[in-house]
Amino acid sequence: MKYTYYPGCSLKGTGRAYEESLLAVFHALEVELEELDDWNCCGATTYMSYDEVQSYALAARNLSLAKKTGRDLMAPCAACYLGLHKTQNYVRDYPWIGHIVEHALTAIGYSTDLSVRIRHPLDILLNDVGLPAIKAKVVHSLNGLEVATYYGCQLVRPYALFDNQREPTSMDRLLAACGATIVDYPLKTQCCAGSQKGTLPEVGLDRIQRLLAGALRVGAETIATVCPLCQFNLEAFQEQASNAHQFDLPVLYFTQLLAVAFGIPLKQAGLQRSFVSIEPVLAHREIAYV
Amino acid sequence: MSDTRTPNSALKIGVYVCHCGSNIAGTVDVHAITEYAACLPDVAVAREYKYMCSDPGQELIRQDISAHGLNRIVVASCSPLMHEPTFRGALLKAGINPYLLQMVNIREHVSWVHTNKLEATAKAKDLVRAAVRRVRLHKPLEKRKVAINPNVLVVGGGIAGIHAALNIANSGKHVYLVERQPTIGGHMAYFDKTFPTLDCAACILTPKMTAVGSHPNITLWTYAEVAVVEGYVGNYKVKVRHKPRYILEELCIGCQECVEACVYKEGRWADEFNMGLSKRKPIYLPFPQAVPQKVLIDPDACIEFKSHKCKKTCVEVCGERRAIDFNQKQWFDEIEVGSIIVCTGFKTFDARRNVYYGYGRHKNVYTALEVERLINASGPSGGNIVLRDGTQPRMVGIIHCVGSRDHNTNRWCSKVCCMYSLKLAHLIRERTSAEVYNFYIDMRTPGKGYEEFYDRLLDEGVHFVRGRVAEVTDWPAHPSEEGKLIIRAEDTLAGFVRRIPVDMVVLSVGLEPQADARDVRRLLNISCSEEGWFLERHPKLAPVSTFTDGVFIAGACQGPKDIPDCVAQAGAAAAEAMALADAKYVELEPYTAHVLEESCSGCKTCLTICPYSAISFIQETKTARVNEVVCKGCGTCAATCPSASIQQNVFEDGEIFEEVEGLLAYA
Repeated sequence: MKYTYYPGCSLKGTGRAYEESLLAVFHALEVELEELDDWNCCGATTYMSYDEVQSYALAARNLSLAKKTGRDLMAPCAACYLGLHKTQNYVRDYPWIGHIVEHALTAIGYSTDLSVRIRHPLDILLNDVGLPAIKAKVVHSLNGLEVATYYGCQLVRPYALFDNQREPTSMDRLLAACGATIVDYPLKTQCCAGSQKGTLPEVGLDRIQRLLAGALRVGAETIATVCPLCQFNLEAFQEQASNAHQFDLPVLYFTQLLAVAFGIPLKQAGLQRSFVSIEPVLAHREIAYV
Repeated sequence: MSDTRTPNSALKIGVYVCHCGSNIAGTVDVHAITEYAACLPDVAVAREYKYMCSDPGQELIRQDISAHGLNRIVVASCSPLMHEPTFRGALLKAGINPYLLQMVNIREHVSWVHTNKLEATAKAKDLVRAAVRRVRLHKPLEKRKVAINPNVLVVGGGIAGIHAALNIANSGKHVYLVERQPTIGGHMAYFDKTFPTLDCAACILTPKMTAVGSHPNITLWTYAEVAVVEGYVGNYKVKVRHKPRYILEELCIGCQECVEACVYKEGRWADEFNMGLSKRKPIYLPFPQAVPQKVLIDPDACIEFKSHKCKKTCVEVCGERRAIDFNQKQWFDEIEVGSIIVCTGFKTFDARRNVYYGYGRHKNVYTALEVERLINASGPSGGNIVLRDGTQPRMVGIIHCVGSRDHNTNRWCSKVCCMYSLKLAHLIRERTSAEVYNFYIDMRTPGKGYEEFYDRLLDEGVHFVRGRVAEVTDWPAHPSEEGKLIIRAEDTLAGFVRRIPVDMVVLSVGLEPQADARDVRRLLNISCSEEGWFLERHPKLAPVSTFTDGVFIAGACQGPKDIPDCVAQAGAAAAEAMALADAKYVELEPYTAHVLEESCSGCKTCLTICPYSAISFIQETKTARVNEVVCKGCGTCAATCPSASIQQNVFEDGEIFEEVEGLLAYA
């Protein structure tokens, strides 16, 4: 099993812990990843609001490069995952966009074949690697650790390609296989506030408060995420968001919890980078770690 | 093959081109076609007329036949589906064989689908030329007369099936009514009231059910299914499979002493009739007014079936009647009928599919059918509308269009949900004084007295919020919402998002084709729409007929409809079946296949592929033979025969090749 890996800017920056844990977990599962050579920005968020068609052209360049590798393209960041999919769909569905994007690709001598299959690590782990292979790798069971699985908005909407749009469960199944207890977290697909924490701080903070209070209410000991922006919003502003509640809730990438279960040392899974350490929770649950 | 293009003095072809008002003439140059047709070989007369199917139009053909001695006719007009019989009739009246006709469809195939007049006219000319060449090879054929069995099979014992069966039985003909469930009554039996008159459903339904059960002309088979259907219009042979109810129906008197005596003192298994809101015993009567009044045993629940160690108190109390038989097996009955009425009904949308409404997760989210049972006086709570914890709801939200008008699930409007939601809203408000909120996309209340009923509810103070609900959550955003279910919806009239906390959510689930509608379709050789509803022969002019003669459809198996519409359709289907029976015999089209014995090699390929088992092998001549009475004219054998020794009337190889060549010829 081998995939082309598209990290995007987050996994090389604020989401370094995501990349570190992801690579460690895939290595443990003997799934090869080869980073896409000469990749560029996926065109998401800010770029899209600045110049939509240019952002598609950016994403298209990545898709064209990836198509040449002949393998599926793995995009772990939810924004990249959505942005790349959106480009594929818009280039196909709106001829005027397709025309400009193809013109741009042709100008730099790139192929206009953008039909590479874009995958999310959750999809690959569940459907290609499979739960039995993952269970076989678990050395430290998560011992019923109460996890709120938080998918955010971009992973399953609008393109629900491997999970239910309103009630996704792929991460639940994956972490449950490692021994975690998945709490019923009805806010699992609600917005994390995106970049509103920067532009409209009170709106953003309100959302973050609700999501954190919600997780506490259903007894979550940690929140598992799939998106660097979600992880950042929920973790970095806990002090500011504390009002009636004192928030002190570890917010991890799902791959970090897998890494703990696989017995991968915390430092190799970027867990030392957390603002809120997972260690007290692990100790409380008597989950072994190194 | 002789060159059929050489003029043949024996042939006199008449070509008639129809304007169809402006339907054809608007896009096609009818005059040019007529002039062109007049020049084709063997064409003696070519005429155009505004409405060829009208009386004067047909008269034109008849006069030409007698005046010019025409012996082949081509009519270029519309689809043969509607008017081929019309023009064949005209030929017959003029004294020539009706099968010497060929129709050209220059309306559906040309004028309605093209816009360029020049190109459309050229295409129409090609089609006319092909038909003229084909019709030269047509042969006179005769229809076959077959006697009709007057008995009728009705499949499904809901209100449609009940009504159809009673109508036919009252006319003196025998009806077999086959119902899959242990009782007839269908969905209507679940209801307490019917909209918009608020008639008591049981009061109007149960007399009809009882009438079916006791009618001398009705053989009622419940807990049975149609297994095999063979034959053709007027002469169907049907095999019915009886499922074992472990009760000998002819001995059971419905006293239910066995139910009382069962070793289980309380019910323990989900009661199907109450949507699982109450429990029943392993031996049970489906509901108090069930017809027939015969109990049945659920072998998955009964101890005797599991361990053979039950005290069998039921057998004891049944005593001398000996109506209980644990060894009963399924059995079959074979019947002969002339026509079949299919009234297999619908199923409701599975509300679990819309996960965001929380059905199955939040205990106070109900489907409309469950609430029908809660409201029903013979339901699980004796007609008290209570939540699962026994308390009465003070705020109720009714969500319309669950599984209807939704691109993610079903795109169609289920037609009855607006009205039944209004009915439920009225009954809930009347009996609990709760505040009732209806969340709707559009209120659709066309029907006699329906809009007035909607008006009445507006006056009664029921709330209406226009907007599709986004989610039902138990997630409070404010302390006042604690412990409630919150309905979140955009109020598209007020222009903002609303959160309405309620105690009870009712999902107005849509109607869907039965899960096995496609199997039933194959069994009866009828058609389904893309969604799975049974297809009528013509949406306007043959609404209860199907493309299989002698098979009729009625009720919600054809599409969502309410009780009055079901009953009207059932009456129509019954009338069709009775008209067929009273005709005494039916004429069958001569589109059958026949074997050319001199070239048949006896390879038997055709025997295995004939779907109607119409072909047999004759040992003496070592050739195949088609039984023309059984042959349906599907053409499979003719296409399969390796030596082209099977020919099908009206679709002979020579005729088709000639038509194709005519189409491709440059002229």
